[in-house]
Amino acid sequence: MNWALIFSNATYVALSSSAAAYALIAIGLNVHIGYTGLLNFGQAGFAAAGAYGMAIPIATFGWHWSAAIGSSVFFAILLALLLGVPTLRLKSDYLAIVTIAAAEIIRISMISVRFTWLTGGTDGKKGFSAFLVNANPFGDNRYSFFAQSVNGYSLFITIIGWILVAIFGVLVYFMMRGPWGRALRGIREDEIAVQSLGKSTTVFKLQSLVLGGVIGAFGGIILAAEKQSAQPMEYGTTLTFFAFTIVILGGLATARGPIIGAILFWFILQFVDNLLEQVARNEIAPSWLINSNNFGQVKFILAGFALALLVIFRPQGIYGNKREMAFDSR
Amino acid sequence: MVSEAVPGAAKQDPILVVDGLRREFGGLVAVDIAHLEVQRGAVTALIGPNGAGKTTAFNLMSGFDTPTAGTSSFDGRDTSGVNGHRLAQMGMVRTFQLTRVLTRLTVLENMMLGAVNQIGEKPWTSPFKPLWGKQDEQIRERAEELLVRFKLDHVKGEYAGNISGGQRKLLEMARALMVEPKLVMLDEPMAGVNPALKQSLLGHVKNLQSEGMTVLFIEHDMDMVHEIADWVVVMAEGRIIAEGTPDQISDNRAVVDAYLGEHQGTSFLEDA
Repeated sequence: MNWALIFSNATYVALSSSAAAYALIAIGLNVHIGYTGLLNFGQAGFAAAGAYGMAIPIATFGWHWSAAIGSSVFFAILLALLLGVPTLRLKSDYLAIVTIAAAEIIRISMISVRFTWLTGGTDGKKGFSAFLVNANPFGDNRYSFFAQSVNGYSLFITIIGWILVAIFGVLVYFMMRGPWGRALRGIREDEIAVQSLGKSTTVFKLQSLVLGGVIGAFGGIILAAEKQSAQPMEYGTTLTFFAFTIVILGGLATARGPIIGAILFWFILQFVDNLLEQVARNEIAPSWLINSNNFGQVKFILAGFALALLVIFRPQGIYGNKREMAFDSR
Repeated sequence: MVSEAVPGAAKQDPILVVDGLRREFGGLVAVDIAHLEVQRGAVTALIGPNGAGKTTAFNLMSGFDTPTAGTSSFDGRDTSGVNGHRLAQMGMVRTFQLTRVLTRLTVLENMMLGAVNQIGEKPWTSPFKPLWGKQDEQIRERAEELLVRFKLDHVKGEYAGNISGGQRKLLEMARALMVEPKLVMLDEPMAGVNPALKQSLLGHVKNLQSEGMTVLFIEHDMDMVHEIADWVVVMAEGRIIAEGTPDQISDNRAVVDAYLGEHQGTSFLEDA
């Protein structure tokens, strides 16, 4: 067993640009479910809106990158309004149904053959990352990180990703500390009561949906930037459920929860993956249980089991307030 | 206040007027009020047997349900079809039969949420404390004064989900006052509350009146109604069947019939 390698790989992945992207997506989702109580099961749709909203204008229509990022934000806001305006007057269950369907519609539209000229189809949309490659100050050099090494471009995207995480993490922290955040948390507890106090809860919920969606869109941008391709398969329901896991792991309705949650989530996943690989390679466990072909699946079984235990024994996550979680009955 | 003791009686200075208010659930007519005026500055009780449509009428008047037909005006302005949060902004605040406290917010946060026109309640102002800090401090002071008055100051840091049922009733009433309402509508404020707390709630309701607020409340307990109400409106089967002072209502044959069914010998209201 090469423990140094296992730890170094897990740490590398936990700090990668993917982890930063998932942290952004989870910060956005936390605004929805943690603070406002909006059951958004389509956060992947917002990430896709961000990725394709940037990739298509640059690659197909030759936009400047700053305008393209504006287009990402625009499409995230548009998606939030499209989903929110018809459903936010209804019970939260309807938002859940509509969001999960909308995210799938977006993903399936992106792989549709008819639109391949525009979206790149199943191969993904490429050809938008020149501005990032040119701006990369680290060049083509490789930088070593324990047992791993990272190339200059990845390092650049990783740094941008974590800077965005820091910006949005701090922004959400301060927004939620103010009266607006107080109103959102009130809506999470009892929408009717907040209405009776003279507040238009629909407006607050729309604002929340837009904010979390835009943050999620930046997560999608980072995912696409890392691979220099907007990949439709990245934006499936798995992404949304990983984001849910991250938010719950870190602690709902806490500012640092989704950030630490994302780091820990990727660390655990990679750690188990490497551990099982070594177990399989060195034939420590019986081969009917773990072999070199199936450890990838066993990783998710074990990780899922660990997360189920976490929800049972520590429902408030790492940073959540246990007293706050104690009365979840309505 | 000299008003005739008949259903739909005109008042000197009505703060709330409803006309032809009707709510149907399928074939069932839950509420059918031809005309009702609520006198400004008075404490008006809305009573009636179970299923009379009191709470439905409350929901319609406070904008939390949409009437099938009918118009209403509040404080001189037409409010037909205006929804609940706008009516609250205009000064009509209600509480709920089953208390609706925000369980995972502290008692103080529950109170502070109630203040209207908060500068920091926009996503673009909320992160910048210098913009709203001063106003928030004033809101906090007002909230704490009210909490002292309602004897909740010792639990202000508790989550509202941790306080007792009676304290929740108090909190809900105190929170409604944060809106600085003109008309307070209380849906069964005394239900499920122990006798000692009842007395204190009673005192609070009287205080609202002495501070110039109008109170409209739903109640079952005739003792309470006698003690604090200036005027009583009786509903049965969705209609207003009687109006008058508490004494007039106690003697009203139609009311007794409504509560006990017709051909009943003794008056339940006189026993109370």
